[in-house]
Amino acid sequence: MSEALVEVRNVSHRFGATEVLADVSLSIAPGSYTVLLGPSGSGKTTLLSILGGFLVPSKGKVFIRGEDCTALPPAKRPTTTVFQDYALFPHMSVGGNVGFGLRMRRVARDERDRLAREVLAIVGLPEAFGRRPHQLSGGQRQRVALARALAVEPAVLLLDEPLGALDLKLRRQMQDELKAIQQRVGTAFIHVTHDQEEAMALANHCVVLNRGRIEDEGPPERIYLRPTSRFSATFMGESTIMPTADAWLAIRPEHLRLSREPGTTRLGEARVTAVVFQGGFKRVTAEATDGQAFIAKVPAETNVAPGDKVAPSCRAEDMIHLER
Amino acid sequence: MRAAIKFLSAGYAAAIYAFIFLPVIVLVVFSLQSTAFPIPPFTGPSLRWYKAVLGDARLTSALANSLLVAALSSFIAAALGFLAAWGFARFTLPGSALLRGLITLPLTVSYLIIGMGLLVLFNWAGLPKSLTAAGIGHVVINLPLCFAIIYSQMGDHQINIERAARDLGAREWQVLTMVTLPIMWPAIFASLFLSMTFSWDEFVISFLLTRFDTTLPVEIWNLLRSGLNPKTNAVGSMVFGVSVLLAIAFELILLRRKPA
Amino acid sequence: MDRALPWALVGPALLWTVAFFVLPFLAMGLLSLTSQDGGGLTFANYAQFFTDPSYYRALTNSLEVTALVTVISILLAYPFAWILAEQVPERWQRLALLLAVLPFWTSYVVRSYSWLLVLAEQGVINDALTGVGLVAEPVQLANTRTATIIGFVHFFVMLLTLTIFASLKQLSPSYRKAAADLGASPLRVFVHVILPLTLPGIMVGAFLTFVLAIGDYITPQILGGNNELLMPQLIMMQIGRRGDFPLASALSLILMAVVTVAYIACARWLKIERA
Repeated sequence: MSEALVEVRNVSHRFGATEVLADVSLSIAPGSYTVLLGPSGSGKTTLLSILGGFLVPSKGKVFIRGEDCTALPPAKRPTTTVFQDYALFPHMSVGGNVGFGLRMRRVARDERDRLAREVLAIVGLPEAFGRRPHQLSGGQRQRVALARALAVEPAVLLLDEPLGALDLKLRRQMQDELKAIQQRVGTAFIHVTHDQEEAMALANHCVVLNRGRIEDEGPPERIYLRPTSRFSATFMGESTIMPTADAWLAIRPEHLRLSREPGTTRLGEARVTAVVFQGGFKRVTAEATDGQAFIAKVPAETNVAPGDKVAPSCRAEDMIHLER
Repeated sequence: MRAAIKFLSAGYAAAIYAFIFLPVIVLVVFSLQSTAFPIPPFTGPSLRWYKAVLGDARLTSALANSLLVAALSSFIAAALGFLAAWGFARFTLPGSALLRGLITLPLTVSYLIIGMGLLVLFNWAGLPKSLTAAGIGHVVINLPLCFAIIYSQMGDHQINIERAARDLGAREWQVLTMVTLPIMWPAIFASLFLSMTFSWDEFVISFLLTRFDTTLPVEIWNLLRSGLNPKTNAVGSMVFGVSVLLAIAFELILLRRKPA
Repeated sequence: MDRALPWALVGPALLWTVAFFVLPFLAMGLLSLTSQDGGGLTFANYAQFFTDPSYYRALTNSLEVTALVTVISILLAYPFAWILAEQVPERWQRLALLLAVLPFWTSYVVRSYSWLLVLAEQGVINDALTGVGLVAEPVQLANTRTATIIGFVHFFVMLLTLTIFASLKQLSPSYRKAAADLGASPLRVFVHVILPLTLPGIMVGAFLTFVLAIGDYITPQILGGNNELLMPQLIMMQIGRRGDFPLASALSLILMAVVTVAYIACARWLKIERA
């Protein structure tokens, strides 16, 4: 097993009286794309700040490349961060921005400019070298921020909700590009987001955080198909949750049928409360007389309307058992 | 290292504060001098000079004049500034940018030169020096300020509120007095306050344009002819005290508005 | 909508500005081209200024003093503003600023007089110096260029502190984090990021300092005495003693021109784009 690039050991952190991270331990493999996924207040940004060196954790240690970096300031760590507001220096050109880290490492001007142009080409902005940040669009600034962070060849690249300020279409496009850039450059990326679709699109290692603890961890596909906690079953995608005697059952909406089909188990009877057309499918919510809620995703051509009586069913292997 | 920086910072800040407060402390301390010279050694405390100030008719009338001029000129400046701001903000006028620039132009000109210009003009027109003349000058220096402050606060979001009022039948002057004025109250108050502050303390224009009846800064200047005198300390300290009280009052009014 | 209404609204302000600001300028301009001794239009006043050293020296004195005041004030104010913005805890910052501004609630005339008290031969400073034994005789501090500079610096350190403080506060903390993240030591963060980005604040303050100082009559008159004249003193002298309004007008317009040149030179500094 290859040695972990980053190791987080039993990290806890408090702000005043509030505990923001509680005994978090994590391993990041080299070349991986890790996404820290969670709602606001889950501690994901705090964890990223600790990894970046902007915070020293109240308890626990952080190892990068086998060295204890817990109290090391950002300047001395082999990490760089892409900030949420990009923080591009407005008084420098794009080339000046991208070369800044190299300048701090006393790289000579010609070499600096050459490397800066190279990285700008990697992020798809070869002609932007001489321009100023205020002349660029949001998506372009994001790439410059990325290029600036990559230029110093960090061991780990940290991204703090980098796509939050972009509109949907641009976000999807940037997700593809981020993935491609990461694979090309080979640096480990650690990316914080609250958007589970983004997590699924980008990560090969997903860490679900809730209230300062890791709820679930693994490849996004596994987390989606076999969530290990009720939280990740409802945060990462939607689920119908049904209580059993000593556990929960979670069923993903695309596995829930509205009528009993061969090979499926009937889960009860319900009345449709809403049908929302979403292009490729319809999102149907239904409620049983005992209050049990169902969420199903059905093909767009399905004939279903609010008020209809349905018989929610699913296959046994699609039922996910979760502990109480 | 961090501790060293903190220590040096505290030391430097203390030195600057000392520098800043030095003249004021000397002023106030020696206003309580019991002998005739406001220089060390300190022979106080005594209120004789404050009594002298209050008993000096020239000073007290100068004080009244200052208040009058400040109040009137600020009111006029704020009124003209408000009307003009509303006019420019709500209607499209040809050459709007140029005209607005013209109104704010006096901000960039030294008071001395504004005062000189008015002196020349009044001289030529045969108008005598007076408090009114000084007041006119004060409006000239404060109008651009009032206009700039109020205009900058007339955002587009208020247009709809005014439209709603019109929609419900209000006529222009009613919209102005019952909707716009109350909403713009903070900006108007701020410009009034600033204008009064500048007018109250203004020297050059008052000096050039008044003769017998004059404002407090000019009267204090006249006092300086008699050299170093604790009476000057006293009146200076009183002015300072009043200013501080007004500033506190302003802060309190501002704080009370928070729940708005 | 009544077409005349907008003009009725902006009219009064415009009329006032034209009557009491523009017209005086024209009057001054015209008058400056006449001579006290009569005769027609002439450039005699301007000629006198540019050829007679005792006149144009007032302008060079003003420029020297103002330049010194600006530089000294910036050097003293920047660290002070930095300390207030960075070292003082957030909730005390407003109070700290208020305290720094408080002494300037005294009347301007009174403040210059106070400095005269401090710097006088028997004043507090000389008293302390002779008392401690640093000097044998009281030092001539008042009625010198130094006194004028001290009086100006006292005020403009406060002004520049305010503008630089504002500039520092509105700087996004992300810039600092990013620079540190990329390997900059605190000193280099300051030199490469903070200083350039607060330059507009410095330039605005410097410009205000220049304009206000060069047109100020009170401070040089009270503190500098009559040994060395600055432009405002020269102008006032023409009105007072000699009653030479045409010359005074010409001198005023020359001063105006100098300030305008400074404004044009500074104009590019008063903008920077944010990204």
